Amino acid sequence: MPLSNRHLLGLQGVPKEDIQLILDTASTFREVLERPIKRVPTLQGKTVVNLFYESSTRTRISFELAEKRLSADSINFAVSASSVSKGESFKDTIKNIEAMKVDMVVVRHSAAGTPLYLTKISDANIINAGDGIHEHPTQGLLDMYSIREKLRKIEGLKVCIVGDVAHSRVALSNIYGLKTMGAEVSVCGPSTMIPKNIEDLGVKVIYNIDEAIQENDVLNVLRIQLERKAREYFPSIREYAKYFGITGERLEKNGKDILILHPGPINRGVELSSGVADGLNQIILKQVTNGVAVRMAVLYLLGTLN
Amino acid sequence: MKVILKNVSLFHPVQKIDEKGIDILLTDGVISKIGKINPEEISGVKVFDLSNKHIVPGFFDMHVHLREPGREDEETVQSGCNAAANGGFTGIACMPNTEPAIDSAEVVSFIKKQSKDHLVDVEVIGAATLGRKGEYISPMAELYEAGVVGFSDDGVAIKTSGILKRAFEYSKMYNVPIIEHCEDETLSGGAMNEGLNSTMLGLPPIPSVAEELIVIRDILLAEYTGGKIHIAHLSTKKSVEMVREAKQKGISVTSEVTPHHFTLIDDSLKTYDTNFKMNPPLRTKADVDEILLGLKDGTIDCIASDHAPHSAEEKEAEFEHAPNGITGLETQVGLALTELYHKKIITLGQLIEKMSINPRKILNLPVPNFEVGQIANFTILDLTEIFTFDINRSKSKSKNSPFDKRLLTGKALGVINKSKMFYQDEFLNL
Repeated sequence: MPLSNRHLLGLQGVPKEDIQLILDTASTFREVLERPIKRVPTLQGKTVVNLFYESSTRTRISFELAEKRLSADSINFAVSASSVSKGESFKDTIKNIEAMKVDMVVVRHSAAGTPLYLTKISDANIINAGDGIHEHPTQGLLDMYSIREKLRKIEGLKVCIVGDVAHSRVALSNIYGLKTMGAEVSVCGPSTMIPKNIEDLGVKVIYNIDEAIQENDVLNVLRIQLERKAREYFPSIREYAKYFGITGERLEKNGKDILILHPGPINRGVELSSGVADGLNQIILKQVTNGVAVRMAVLYLLGTLN
Repeated sequence: MKVILKNVSLFHPVQKIDEKGIDILLTDGVISKIGKINPEEISGVKVFDLSNKHIVPGFFDMHVHLREPGREDEETVQSGCNAAANGGFTGIACMPNTEPAIDSAEVVSFIKKQSKDHLVDVEVIGAATLGRKGEYISPMAELYEAGVVGFSDDGVAIKTSGILKRAFEYSKMYNVPIIEHCEDETLSGGAMNEGLNSTMLGLPPIPSVAEELIVIRDILLAEYTGGKIHIAHLSTKKSVEMVREAKQKGISVTSEVTPHHFTLIDDSLKTYDTNFKMNPPLRTKADVDEILLGLKDGTIDCIASDHAPHSAEEKEAEFEHAPNGITGLETQVGLALTELYHKKIITLGQLIEKMSINPRKILNLPVPNFEVGQIANFTILDLTEIFTFDINRSKSKSKNSPFDKRLLTGKALGVINKSKMFYQDEFLNL
């Protein structure tokens, strides 16, 4: 059964069968990644452009590796944000790339809605690698993959997204994807970092981290972007760590074996204590490997649609 | 030249005229007879059969951005006036956020000169503060003498309460209103209304309270100083409620709404189409409902387009980076008739008051009258023509409208003013 959409712009509205198919396909590729020769010829002759209008090392490398593992020809196109802030060259750039007969475009952009715009001016399959504070669907998929790998299911689980939900592209993708797969989703963070009306998405809002730990099976801890504007939304890093940081004592106090995910890199001593971070290294590295497998699955399923 | 407008429905809400089957004789653009006229008795007369068409006092749009001087690639006084005539307006007021801003008599004279020979009257709103920077009040006396009819820093609110108080006190000498774009800039800076939609679209939000805080500040300061405040393009439920309450208290406050704020809501942004990006942003259904109520009960005095032409290059950008604003001169009449008149929100009389009478009264301009000896200042309407708005037929230099291909009921067929007529896509001298 093929995917129902030829682009992956977000997880909003993506049917359960599609998510299931991507996760199952990722499992197959996960095995490929354990082989001595980690390359399959599936996308031979296909050209994928990684169009990154915002600096991102990990996501870009993950996509690039996924493309190489599938034998696609990949081209990296990184543009500094300053030259696009005026907006003048964006369409021309896309038309240029289009003229090179590419099959797929993986796009990262600081402005929400850019991947949707690309679908209107390009015939290629578009994969959103993060648009502003909107969505980051492959991150959402790999989080779900990691949860399923570890806990053998998603349906019926209680998952809490912790941190700066308002300025996160990962939060929405997680919310949409997890809810579609039958999980119960909550968010936890300082109230200044919880976006307006998020409850209307069927998400519980929790302001107490202990309550979040007690109530949930999984915590997906977002990275606090200290370098960004987010810093204006809480009084001090010390206060954030004190009231929302996840520490060994907190986990012990609540006496729970809880799965913690983190997209990395961790701000040690902020969202996670050093001790918790150390204990987590294993799964975070696994998340990275899973990321390649999930992206291979998405590229493969979209690239072989036509 | 003599012209007969044959068999018209003549309608004037202030003069209480509502008559069908009227003929009007114009001599060199002046009304010389109203009643039954036999064309055969007048030699060389040109007859326009306007059966089933309405003639109403010429429409006036008090909130237009002409972009000249400074951005003549987007609009000029000439092209803006052509769009106004095409949209059914005989008069417009242009906002001062040009480059340079309209904060000196020279710029006022320049605009007046550019529009001198056009059918459309161009009235000028002067900047309330020098360079619209909110630091010092503009030379209001000199601007007033040059013909300015209102003061505004439109695009932004007057920056501080202190400078606004002074602007009220000073402008009071000339009984000229302060027109405010109400937005607390410490709360705004986003790209759309704050709510579930902004959360879901991942677009930086503008809370409705950013507008409301300045509305209430302005009302309080107008009351305190005795100045006149006109709230431009109000867009939220609370803004309407506060203006209603202020009017009940007898404070000198008037307000306007744009057609897009009574027609569209923020659900329209789901495609990230930048033609739906404007400031104030599109709000929610609850806001629109209150706006409709405000139009009905008279809280909202005027309908104004906030016609804001932008070049295609600038508008075709990422949503967050695209400039705010849409063109509106040529869709306003159709939208007001479709959404307000035909849906029985307001009567034709109310519609004409909000689009012709009230804006002129607020700006202390004479209201066109249907009397022998008066210069004809008419808008010709077909209340029932159904048509599809086509942006490619717009006379504006810019094409940034969310209403392209929209089906509308009711159309402005032409205008007459200053001894000129625009009808069937042609200008002619009367």
